[in-house]
Amino acid sequence: MRGTLSDRMGAALLMAPLLLFLVLAYAWPFLGVVKWSFTLPTPGLGQYHALLTDDLVQSVFIRTLRIAAIVTLVSVTAAYAITVVWVRGSPVQRVLAEFCILVPFWISVLTRAFGWVALLSNRGLINTWLQSIGFISEPLTLVRNEFGVIVGMSHFLIPFAVFPLASAMRSLDERVLLAARGLGSSRMRTFWTVFVPMTRSGIIGSAMITFVFSLGFFVTPAILGGGRSVMIAELIYLRIFQSPDWGLGAAISVVLVVFVGALMALLFRYVKPKQLV
Amino acid sequence: MPTYRPGPVSLLLAVLVALFLLMPLLAVIPVSLTPSRMLTMPTGELSLRHYRSLIEDPRWLESILLSIRIGVVSSALSTVLALTFSLGVWMFQPRFTAALVGFVLLPMVVPPVVSAVTLYFLLTSISGLTSFFGYDTWLGVAMAHSVMTVPFATVLILVSLSQLDRRIDLAARGLGASVWERATRVIMPNIKFGIVTAALLSFVLSWEEIGVTLFITSVNAITLPRLMWMGLRDNIDPAIAALSVILIVITVLVLAVRSVIAREKASP
Repeated sequence: MRGTLSDRMGAALLMAPLLLFLVLAYAWPFLGVVKWSFTLPTPGLGQYHALLTDDLVQSVFIRTLRIAAIVTLVSVTAAYAITVVWVRGSPVQRVLAEFCILVPFWISVLTRAFGWVALLSNRGLINTWLQSIGFISEPLTLVRNEFGVIVGMSHFLIPFAVFPLASAMRSLDERVLLAARGLGSSRMRTFWTVFVPMTRSGIIGSAMITFVFSLGFFVTPAILGGGRSVMIAELIYLRIFQSPDWGLGAAISVVLVVFVGALMALLFRYVKPKQLV
Repeated sequence: MPTYRPGPVSLLLAVLVALFLLMPLLAVIPVSLTPSRMLTMPTGELSLRHYRSLIEDPRWLESILLSIRIGVVSSALSTVLALTFSLGVWMFQPRFTAALVGFVLLPMVVPPVVSAVTLYFLLTSISGLTSFFGYDTWLGVAMAHSVMTVPFATVLILVSLSQLDRRIDLAARGLGASVWERATRVIMPNIKFGIVTAALLSFVLSWEEIGVTLFITSVNAITLPRLMWMGLRDNIDPAIAALSVILIVITVLVLAVRSVIAREKASP
Protein backbone atom coordinates (compact mmCIF):
# COMPACT_ATOMS: atom_id res chain seq x y z
CA MET A 1 0.00 0.00 0.00
CA ARG A 2 2.94 2.32 0.61
CA GLY A 3 4.41 4.56 -2.00
CA THR A 4 1.46 4.89 -4.38
CA LEU A 5 1.19 8.13 -6.28
CA SER A 6 -1.72 9.51 -4.22
CA ASP A 7 0.14 8.65 -1.01
CA ARG A 8 3.15 10.61 -2.10
CA MET A 9 0.90 13.52 -3.07
CA GLY A 10 -0.81 13.42 0.33
CA ALA A 11 2.47 13.37 2.22
CA ALA A 12 3.84 16.21 0.14
CA LEU A 13 0.73 18.34 0.62
CA LEU A 14 0.70 17.85 4.38
CA MET A 15 4.42 18.31 4.94
CA ALA A 16 5.02 21.13 2.48
CA PRO A 17 3.62 24.10 4.48
CA LEU A 18 6.01 23.73 7.41
CA LEU A 19 9.01 22.84 5.24
CA LEU A 20 8.33 25.80 2.98
CA PHE A 21 7.87 28.10 5.97
CA LEU A 22 11.21 27.09 7.47
CA VAL A 23 13.06 27.25 4.16
CA LEU A 24 11.82 30.80 3.57
CA ALA A 25 11.94 32.08 7.14
CA TYR A 26 14.99 30.25 8.44
CA ALA A 27 17.25 28.48 5.92
CA TRP A 28 17.25 31.25 3.32
CA PRO A 29 17.96 34.09 5.78
CA PHE A 30 20.68 31.97 7.41
CA LEU A 31 22.40 31.80 4.04
CA GLY A 32 22.00 35.58 3.96
CA VAL A 33 23.89 35.83 7.24
CA VAL A 34 26.62 33.61 5.81
CA LYS A 35 26.76 35.97 2.82
CA TRP A 36 27.13 38.98 5.15
CA SER A 37 30.11 37.32 6.80
CA PHE A 38 31.90 37.16 3.43
CA THR A 39 30.80 40.48 1.90
CA LEU A 40 30.54 43.11 4.67
CA PRO A 41 32.18 45.56 4.76
CA THR A 42 34.32 44.34 1.83
CA PRO A 43 34.13 41.02 -0.02
CA GLY A 44 36.60 38.38 1.09
CA LEU A 45 37.73 36.47 4.13
CA GLY A 46 38.58 39.65 6.05
CA GLN A 47 36.11 39.01 8.87
CA TYR A 48 37.37 35.48 9.47
CA HIS A 49 40.93 36.77 9.47
CA ALA A 50 39.86 39.37 12.04
CA LEU A 51 38.37 36.61 14.21
CA LEU A 52 41.76 34.95 14.39
CA THR A 53 43.75 38.10 15.07
CA ASP A 54 41.50 40.49 17.03
CA ASP A 55 42.49 40.45 20.72
CA LEU A 56 39.01 41.41 21.93
CA VAL A 57 37.29 38.64 20.00
CA GLN A 58 39.90 36.13 21.16
CA SER A 59 39.50 37.06 24.81
CA VAL A 60 35.69 36.82 24.52
CA PHE A 61 35.99 33.34 22.97
CA ILE A 62 38.32 32.17 25.71
CA ARG A 63 36.12 33.66 28.44
CA THR A 64 33.05 31.97 26.91
CA LEU A 65 34.76 28.57 26.85
CA ARG A 66 35.98 29.01 30.43
CA ILE A 67 32.57 30.10 31.77
CA ALA A 68 30.82 27.33 29.83
CA ALA A 69 33.18 24.71 31.30
CA ILE A 70 32.72 25.94 34.89
CA VAL A 71 28.93 26.25 34.47
CA THR A 72 28.79 22.70 33.04
CA LEU A 73 30.70 21.30 36.01
CA VAL A 74 28.54 23.14 38.55
CA SER A 75 25.22 22.38 36.82
CA VAL A 76 25.83 18.68 36.21
CA THR A 77 27.05 18.13 39.79
CA ALA A 78 24.11 20.00 41.30
CA ALA A 79 21.63 18.34 38.92
CA TYR A 80 23.04 14.93 39.84
CA ALA A 81 22.43 15.54 43.54
CA ILE A 82 18.81 16.55 43.11
CA THR A 83 18.04 13.94 40.42
CA VAL A 84 19.10 11.11 42.74
CA VAL A 85 16.33 12.16 45.12
CA TRP A 86 13.82 12.87 42.32
CA VAL A 87 14.28 9.36 40.89
CA ARG A 88 15.08 7.21 43.93
CA GLY A 89 13.61 9.13 46.89
CA SER A 90 10.49 8.31 48.88
CA PRO A 91 7.18 9.46 47.29
CA VAL A 92 7.14 12.70 49.33
CA GLN A 93 10.79 13.46 48.54
CA ARG A 94 10.05 12.89 44.86
CA VAL A 95 7.19 15.40 44.80
CA LEU A 96 9.31 18.01 46.58
CA ALA A 97 12.30 17.48 44.27
CA GLU A 98 10.06 17.65 41.20
CA PHE A 99 8.59 20.93 42.46
CA CYS A 100 12.07 22.44 42.95
CA ILE A 101 13.13 21.35 39.44
CA LEU A 102 9.99 22.25 37.46
CA VAL A 103 9.08 25.59 39.01
CA PRO A 104 12.35 27.29 38.02
CA PHE A 105 12.22 25.45 34.67
CA TRP A 106 8.91 27.09 33.75
CA ILE A 107 9.80 30.57 35.00
CA SER A 108 11.20 32.93 32.41
CA VAL A 109 14.93 33.53 32.13
CA LEU A 110 14.41 37.25 32.82
CA THR A 111 12.57 36.69 36.10
CA ARG A 112 15.26 34.29 37.23
CA ALA A 113 18.12 36.62 36.32
CA PHE A 114 16.26 39.42 38.10
CA GLY A 115 15.94 37.22 41.20
CA TRP A 116 19.72 36.91 41.29
CA VAL A 117 20.12 40.67 40.91
CA ALA A 118 17.80 41.09 43.91
CA LEU A 119 19.91 38.63 45.90
CA LEU A 120 23.42 39.59 44.87
CA SER A 121 23.48 43.31 44.12
CA ASN A 122 25.16 45.80 46.47
CA ARG A 123 21.88 46.60 48.20
CA GLY A 124 20.50 43.09 47.67
CA LEU A 125 19.40 40.52 50.19
CA ILE A 126 22.79 38.91 50.82
CA ASN A 127 24.78 42.11 51.24
CA THR A 128 22.07 43.72 53.40
CA TRP A 129 22.01 40.67 55.66
CA LEU A 130 25.79 40.33 55.93
CA GLN A 131 26.09 44.01 56.79
CA SER A 132 23.28 43.90 59.34
CA ILE A 133 24.99 41.12 61.29
CA GLY A 134 28.24 43.08 61.05
CA PHE A 135 30.08 40.42 59.08
CA ILE A 136 31.21 42.90 56.43
CA SER A 137 31.31 46.69 56.34
CA GLU A 138 31.48 47.27 52.59
CA PRO A 139 29.14 45.35 50.24
CA LEU A 140 30.74 42.44 48.38
CA THR A 141 30.76 42.64 44.58
CA LEU A 142 28.68 39.63 43.62
CA VAL A 143 27.16 40.75 40.32
CA ARG A 144 28.47 42.59 37.27
CA ASN A 145 31.33 40.10 37.22
CA GLU A 146 32.02 36.52 36.22
CA PHE A 147 30.82 35.15 39.56
CA GLY A 148 27.31 36.51 39.00
CA VAL A 149 27.26 35.15 35.44
CA ILE A 150 28.29 31.67 36.57
CA VAL A 151 25.72 31.59 39.38
CA GLY A 152 22.87 32.80 37.14
CA MET A 153 23.71 30.50 34.24
CA SER A 154 24.08 27.44 36.47
CA HIS A 155 20.71 28.23 38.00
CA PHE A 156 19.16 28.42 34.55
CA LEU A 157 20.77 25.21 33.27
CA ILE A 158 20.35 22.84 36.24
CA PRO A 159 16.78 21.77 35.22
CA PHE A 160 18.00 21.05 31.67
CA ALA A 161 20.89 19.00 33.06
CA VAL A 162 18.42 16.99 35.17
CA PHE A 163 16.46 15.34 32.34
CA PRO A 164 19.22 13.19 30.73
CA LEU A 165 20.43 12.18 34.20
CA ALA A 166 16.91 11.21 35.28
CA SER A 167 16.46 9.09 32.19
CA ALA A 168 19.76 7.26 32.87
CA MET A 169 18.93 6.72 36.55
CA ARG A 170 15.42 5.44 35.78
CA SER A 171 16.68 2.78 33.40
CA LEU A 172 19.20 1.50 35.94
CA ASP A 173 18.47 -1.90 37.49
CA GLU A 174 18.01 -1.35 41.22
CA ARG A 175 18.90 -4.97 42.04
CA VAL A 176 22.54 -4.27 41.14
CA LEU A 177 22.68 -1.62 43.88
CA LEU A 178 21.04 -3.94 46.40
CA ALA A 179 23.46 -6.69 45.43
CA ALA A 180 26.47 -4.39 45.97
CA ARG A 181 25.17 -3.42 49.41
CA GLY A 182 24.35 -7.05 50.22
CA LEU A 183 27.93 -8.03 49.41
CA GLY A 184 29.16 -5.57 52.01
CA SER A 185 29.96 -2.46 50.00
CA SER A 186 29.40 0.81 51.87
CA ARG A 187 26.87 3.39 50.63
CA MET A 188 29.69 5.67 49.44
CA ARG A 189 31.49 2.89 47.64
CA THR A 190 28.29 1.63 46.01
CA PHE A 191 27.61 5.15 44.80
CA TRP A 192 31.05 5.77 43.30
CA THR A 193 31.83 2.34 41.90
CA VAL A 194 28.37 1.12 40.83
CA PHE A 195 25.83 3.93 40.60
CA VAL A 196 27.92 6.67 38.93
CA PRO A 197 29.52 4.43 36.25
CA MET A 198 26.11 3.02 35.35
CA THR A 199 24.72 6.52 34.70
CA ARG A 200 27.64 7.51 32.47
CA SER A 201 25.55 8.07 29.34
CA GLY A 202 23.32 10.43 31.33
CA ILE A 203 26.32 12.38 32.59
CA ILE A 204 27.76 12.75 29.08
CA GLY A 205 24.40 13.85 27.65
CA SER A 206 23.76 16.25 30.48
CA ALA A 207 27.24 17.80 30.23
CA MET A 208 26.96 18.21 26.46
CA ILE A 209 23.54 19.88 26.64
CA THR A 210 24.72 22.26 29.36
CA PHE A 211 27.94 23.11 27.54
CA VAL A 212 26.24 23.71 24.19
CA PHE A 213 23.55 25.88 25.80
CA SER A 214 26.16 27.89 27.70
CA LEU A 215 28.08 28.75 24.53
CA GLY A 216 25.19 30.67 22.98
CA PHE A 217 23.80 32.19 26.17
CA PHE A 218 22.72 35.79 25.93
CA VAL A 219 20.24 37.10 28.49
CA THR A 220 21.77 35.95 31.78
CA PRO A 221 25.36 37.06 31.06
CA ALA A 222 24.11 40.38 29.71
CA ILE A 223 22.14 41.12 32.90
CA LEU A 224 24.40 39.59 35.54
CA GLY A 225 27.66 40.41 33.79
CA GLY A 226 26.69 44.08 33.51
CA GLY A 227 28.71 44.57 30.32
CA ARG A 228 31.92 43.56 32.07
CA SER A 229 32.16 39.87 31.31
CA VAL A 230 30.90 39.79 27.75
CA MET A 231 30.31 36.35 26.20
CA ILE A 232 30.08 35.40 22.50
CA ALA A 233 26.33 35.97 22.18
CA GLU A 234 26.51 39.45 23.70
CA LEU A 235 29.48 40.26 21.47
CA ILE A 236 27.36 39.38 18.42
CA TYR A 237 24.59 41.66 19.72
CA LEU A 238 27.05 44.52 20.31
CA ARG A 239 28.64 44.11 16.85
CA ILE A 240 25.25 44.30 15.17
CA PHE A 241 23.57 47.05 17.20
CA GLN A 242 26.21 49.20 18.84
CA SER A 243 29.23 49.35 16.56
CA PRO A 244 27.44 48.38 13.38
CA ASP A 245 29.84 45.76 12.09
CA TRP A 246 27.39 43.26 10.65
CA GLY A 247 30.11 41.32 8.86
CA LEU A 248 31.97 40.49 12.07
CA GLY A 249 28.72 39.70 13.93
CA ALA A 250 27.71 37.37 11.10
CA ALA A 251 31.15 35.71 10.99
CA ILE A 252 31.06 35.01 14.74
CA SER A 253 27.55 33.53 14.32
CA VAL A 254 28.75 31.21 11.55
CA VAL A 255 31.74 30.04 13.63
CA LEU A 256 29.45 29.43 16.62
CA VAL A 257 27.06 27.31 14.54
CA VAL A 258 29.88 25.24 13.09
CA PHE A 259 31.41 24.70 16.52
CA VAL A 260 28.08 23.68 18.10
CA GLY A 261 27.33 21.41 15.11
CA ALA A 262 30.65 19.63 15.59
CA LEU A 263 29.97 19.18 19.31
CA MET A 264 26.50 17.76 18.59
CA ALA A 265 27.95 15.32 16.05
CA LEU A 266 30.42 14.21 18.70
CA LEU A 267 27.61 13.87 21.25
CA PHE A 268 25.51 11.62 19.03
CA ARG A 269 28.45 9.28 18.53
CA TYR A 270 28.22 8.43 22.23
CA VAL A 271 24.58 8.95 23.17
CA LYS A 272 21.35 8.15 21.34
CA PRO A 273 18.93 11.09 21.08
CA LYS A 274 16.31 9.04 22.98
CA GLN A 275 18.52 8.91 26.08
CA LEU A 276 18.45 12.68 26.42
CA VAL A 277 14.79 13.09 27.39
CA MET B 1 10.74 -6.02 47.44
CA PRO B 2 13.27 -3.74 49.13
CA THR B 3 14.02 -0.46 47.39
CA TYR B 4 17.28 1.45 47.28
CA ARG B 5 16.68 4.90 48.80
CA PRO B 6 19.14 7.82 48.88
CA GLY B 7 21.11 8.06 52.12
CA PRO B 8 21.54 11.09 54.43
CA VAL B 9 24.47 12.58 52.49
CA SER B 10 22.46 12.48 49.22
CA LEU B 11 19.48 14.07 50.91
CA LEU B 12 21.57 16.86 52.41
CA LEU B 13 23.17 17.70 49.05
CA ALA B 14 19.78 17.63 47.32
CA VAL B 15 18.35 20.03 49.90
CA LEU B 16 21.24 22.45 49.25
CA VAL B 17 20.56 22.32 45.49
CA ALA B 18 16.83 22.79 46.09
CA LEU B 19 17.55 25.89 48.19
CA PHE B 20 19.82 27.24 45.45
CA LEU B 21 17.04 26.69 42.88
CA LEU B 22 14.32 28.38 44.93
CA MET B 23 16.36 31.23 46.46
CA PRO B 24 16.20 33.78 43.61
CA LEU B 25 12.46 33.14 43.21
CA LEU B 26 11.85 33.85 46.89
CA ALA B 27 14.17 36.87 46.90
CA VAL B 28 11.93 38.92 44.64
CA ILE B 29 9.07 38.87 47.17
CA PRO B 30 10.58 41.28 49.74
CA VAL B 31 11.98 43.51 46.99
CA SER B 32 8.52 43.86 45.43
CA LEU B 33 7.18 45.25 48.72
CA THR B 34 9.78 47.98 49.17
CA PRO B 35 8.37 51.52 49.52
CA SER B 36 11.48 52.94 47.81
CA ARG B 37 11.65 53.82 44.11
CA MET B 38 14.94 51.97 43.88
CA LEU B 39 15.75 48.29 44.11
CA THR B 40 16.31 47.87 47.87
CA MET B 41 15.25 45.70 50.74
CA PRO B 42 12.28 47.18 52.61
CA THR B 43 13.40 48.51 55.99
CA GLY B 44 10.42 48.49 58.31
CA GLU B 45 7.46 49.62 56.29
CA LEU B 46 6.00 47.71 53.34
CA SER B 47 4.18 49.10 50.34
CA LEU B 48 2.15 47.84 47.40
CA ARG B 49 2.98 50.85 45.22
CA HIS B 50 4.91 48.76 42.68
CA TYR B 51 1.94 46.45 42.20
CA ARG B 52 -0.25 49.53 41.68
CA SER B 53 2.16 50.97 39.12
CA LEU B 54 1.76 47.79 37.05
CA ILE B 55 -1.95 48.61 36.64
CA GLU B 56 -1.63 52.38 36.44
CA ASP B 57 1.32 52.69 34.09
CA PRO B 58 -0.14 52.17 30.59
CA ARG B 59 3.19 50.85 29.26
CA TRP B 60 2.88 47.60 31.25
CA LEU B 61 -0.71 46.98 30.18
CA GLU B 62 0.07 47.74 26.52
CA SER B 63 2.99 45.35 26.41
CA ILE B 64 0.99 42.62 28.18
CA LEU B 65 -1.76 42.92 25.56
CA LEU B 66 0.82 42.93 22.75
CA SER B 67 2.50 39.82 24.15
CA ILE B 68 -0.86 38.03 24.34
CA ARG B 69 -1.70 38.97 20.75
CA ILE B 70 1.70 37.83 19.45
CA GLY B 71 1.50 34.65 21.54
CA VAL B 72 -1.93 33.70 20.21
CA VAL B 73 -1.07 34.33 16.56
CA SER B 74 2.33 32.63 16.67
CA SER B 75 0.99 29.68 18.66
CA ALA B 76 -1.87 29.18 16.16
CA LEU B 77 0.58 29.30 13.25
CA SER B 78 3.10 26.90 14.80
CA THR B 79 0.42 24.45 15.92
CA VAL B 80 -1.21 24.28 12.48
CA LEU B 81 2.14 23.89 10.69
CA ALA B 82 3.39 21.31 13.20
CA LEU B 83 0.13 19.36 13.04
CA THR B 84 -0.05 19.08 9.24
CA PHE B 85 3.63 18.16 9.06
CA SER B 86 3.33 15.50 11.75
CA LEU B 87 0.19 14.03 10.15
CA GLY B 88 2.11 13.73 6.89
CA VAL B 89 4.97 11.96 8.66
CA TRP B 90 2.71 9.57 10.56
CA MET B 91 0.17 8.72 7.84
CA PHE B 92 2.52 8.30 4.90
CA GLN B 93 5.91 7.51 6.50
CA PRO B 94 7.73 9.03 3.52
CA ARG B 95 11.37 8.40 2.74
CA PHE B 96 13.90 10.85 4.26
CA THR B 97 11.60 11.32 7.30
CA ALA B 98 14.56 11.46 9.69
CA ALA B 99 16.31 14.15 7.64
CA LEU B 100 13.12 16.22 7.28
CA VAL B 101 12.32 16.04 11.00
CA GLY B 102 15.94 16.96 11.72
CA PHE B 103 15.59 20.03 9.52
CA VAL B 104 12.39 21.06 11.31
CA LEU B 105 14.11 20.77 14.70
CA LEU B 106 17.02 23.05 13.72
CA PRO B 107 15.71 26.26 15.36
CA MET B 108 15.59 24.33 18.65
CA VAL B 109 19.20 23.16 18.39
CA VAL B 110 20.99 26.11 16.80
CA PRO B 111 22.20 28.60 19.46
CA PRO B 112 19.34 31.10 19.95
CA VAL B 113 21.61 34.07 19.26
CA VAL B 114 22.35 32.72 15.77
CA SER B 115 18.63 32.24 15.12
CA ALA B 116 18.20 35.82 16.32
CA VAL B 117 20.73 37.16 13.80
CA THR B 118 19.07 35.05 11.09
CA LEU B 119 15.59 36.40 11.87
CA TYR B 120 17.00 39.92 12.10
CA PHE B 121 18.36 39.47 8.57
CA LEU B 122 14.98 38.14 7.38
CA LEU B 123 12.86 40.90 8.91
CA THR B 124 15.11 43.77 7.89
CA SER B 125 15.05 42.37 4.33
CA ILE B 126 11.25 42.26 4.32
CA SER B 127 10.94 45.73 5.87
CA GLY B 128 11.84 47.29 2.55
CA LEU B 129 8.78 45.71 0.93
CA THR B 130 5.97 46.49 3.37
CA SER B 131 5.58 48.69 6.42
CA PHE B 132 3.34 46.48 8.54
CA PHE B 133 5.32 43.24 8.28
CA GLY B 134 9.01 43.26 9.01
CA TYR B 135 11.50 44.62 11.53
CA ASP B 136 9.89 46.02 14.70
CA THR B 137 6.30 45.06 13.75
CA TRP B 138 4.06 42.77 15.79
CA LEU B 139 3.39 40.48 12.81
CA GLY B 140 7.11 40.12 12.22
CA VAL B 141 7.65 39.20 15.88
CA ALA B 142 4.78 36.68 15.71
CA MET B 143 6.32 35.03 12.66
CA ALA B 144 9.79 34.93 14.23
CA HIS B 145 8.33 33.38 17.38
CA SER B 146 6.64 30.72 15.23
CA VAL B 147 10.01 29.77 13.75
CA MET B 148 11.37 29.35 17.27
CA THR B 149 8.38 27.45 18.74
CA VAL B 150 7.43 25.19 15.82
CA PRO B 151 10.11 22.54 16.64
CA PHE B 152 8.73 22.15 20.17
CA ALA B 153 5.14 21.86 18.88
CA THR B 154 6.27 19.28 16.31
CA VAL B 155 8.08 17.16 18.91
CA LEU B 156 5.02 17.13 21.19
CA ILE B 157 2.61 16.16 18.38
CA LEU B 158 4.96 13.50 16.98
CA VAL B 159 5.31 12.00 20.47
CA SER B 160 1.56 11.77 20.97
CA LEU B 161 1.15 10.28 17.46
CA SER B 162 3.78 7.66 18.26
CA GLN B 163 1.56 6.41 21.10
CA LEU B 164 -1.44 6.03 18.79
CA ASP B 165 -2.52 2.55 17.66
CA ARG B 166 -2.04 2.33 13.90
CA ARG B 167 -4.81 -0.24 13.60
CA ILE B 168 -7.59 2.32 14.15
CA ASP B 169 -6.30 4.24 11.14
CA LEU B 170 -6.01 1.04 9.10
CA ALA B 171 -9.61 0.19 10.01
CA ALA B 172 -10.84 3.62 8.92
CA ARG B 173 -8.86 3.27 5.70
CA GLY B 174 -10.23 -0.23 5.06
CA LEU B 175 -13.76 1.10 5.54
CA GLY B 176 -13.14 3.63 2.79
CA ALA B 177 -12.35 6.84 4.72
CA SER B 178 -10.56 9.53 2.71
CA VAL B 179 -7.27 11.04 3.86
CA TRP B 180 -9.15 14.09 5.13
CA GLU B 181 -11.62 11.97 7.10
CA ARG B 182 -8.87 9.82 8.58
CA ALA B 183 -6.96 12.91 9.69
CA THR B 184 -9.85 14.96 11.09
CA ARG B 185 -12.21 12.28 12.41
CA VAL B 186 -9.95 9.42 13.43
CA ILE B 187 -6.43 10.64 14.18
CA MET B 188 -6.92 14.19 15.48
CA PRO B 189 -9.58 13.34 18.09
CA ASN B 190 -7.16 10.78 19.50
CA ILE B 191 -4.26 13.20 19.87
CA LYS B 192 -6.35 16.16 21.11
CA PHE B 193 -4.34 16.33 24.33
CA GLY B 194 -1.04 16.52 22.42
CA ILE B 195 -2.34 19.24 20.11
CA VAL B 196 -3.61 21.37 23.00
CA THR B 197 -0.32 20.91 24.87
CA ALA B 198 1.62 21.94 21.75
CA ALA B 199 -0.49 25.09 21.39
CA LEU B 200 -0.07 25.97 25.07
CA LEU B 201 3.68 25.38 25.06
CA SER B 202 4.04 27.51 21.90
CA PHE B 203 2.11 30.30 23.58
CA VAL B 204 4.19 30.15 26.76
CA LEU B 205 7.48 30.08 24.81
CA SER B 206 6.37 33.10 22.77
CA TRP B 207 5.09 34.90 25.88
CA GLU B 208 8.50 34.73 27.54
CA GLU B 209 10.72 34.91 24.42
CA ILE B 210 13.44 37.54 24.78
CA GLY B 211 16.64 36.45 23.00
CA VAL B 212 15.22 36.76 19.49
CA THR B 213 12.78 39.57 20.33
CA LEU B 214 15.68 41.81 21.38
CA PHE B 215 17.17 41.57 17.89
CA ILE B 216 13.97 42.21 15.94
CA THR B 217 12.24 45.03 17.84
CA SER B 218 13.25 48.57 18.73
CA VAL B 219 10.51 51.05 19.67
CA ASN B 220 7.14 49.84 18.38
CA ALA B 221 6.74 46.15 19.17
CA ILE B 222 7.60 46.24 22.87
CA THR B 223 6.56 42.86 24.28
CA LEU B 224 6.40 42.26 28.02
CA PRO B 225 9.84 40.57 28.26
CA ARG B 226 11.29 43.37 26.13
CA LEU B 227 9.87 45.97 28.55
CA MET B 228 11.25 44.01 31.51
CA TRP B 229 14.63 43.89 29.79
CA MET B 230 14.63 47.66 29.36
CA GLY B 231 13.75 48.09 33.03
CA LEU B 232 16.50 45.68 34.06
CA ARG B 233 19.25 47.20 31.99
CA ASP B 234 18.76 50.92 32.51
CA ASN B 235 17.91 51.57 36.15
CA ILE B 236 16.30 48.70 37.92
CA ASP B 237 12.60 49.36 38.46
CA PRO B 238 11.07 47.48 41.43
CA ALA B 239 7.85 47.16 39.40
CA ILE B 240 9.71 44.26 37.73
CA ALA B 241 9.86 42.57 41.13
CA ALA B 242 6.09 42.94 41.52
CA LEU B 243 5.55 41.55 38.02
CA SER B 244 7.96 38.67 38.73
CA VAL B 245 6.07 37.74 41.90
CA ILE B 246 2.80 37.62 39.92
CA LEU B 247 4.37 35.46 37.17
CA ILE B 248 5.91 33.09 39.74
CA VAL B 249 2.58 32.70 41.56
CA ILE B 250 0.79 31.93 38.27
CA THR B 251 3.46 29.34 37.34
CA VAL B 252 3.21 27.60 40.72
CA LEU B 253 -0.62 27.53 40.54
CA VAL B 254 -0.63 26.10 36.99
CA LEU B 255 1.92 23.41 37.93
CA ALA B 256 -0.09 22.52 41.05
CA VAL B 257 -3.33 22.19 39.06
CA ARG B 258 -1.52 20.13 36.43
CA SER B 259 -0.10 17.71 38.99
CA VAL B 260 -3.52 17.33 40.64
CA ILE B 261 -5.09 16.55 37.23
CA ALA B 262 -2.27 14.08 36.46
CA ARG B 263 -2.80 12.36 39.81
CA GLU B 264 -6.56 12.05 39.26
CA LYS B 265 -5.95 10.59 35.82
CA ALA B 266 -3.50 8.06 37.27
CA SER B 267 -5.93 6.85 39.98
CA PRO B 268 -9.45 6.66 38.51
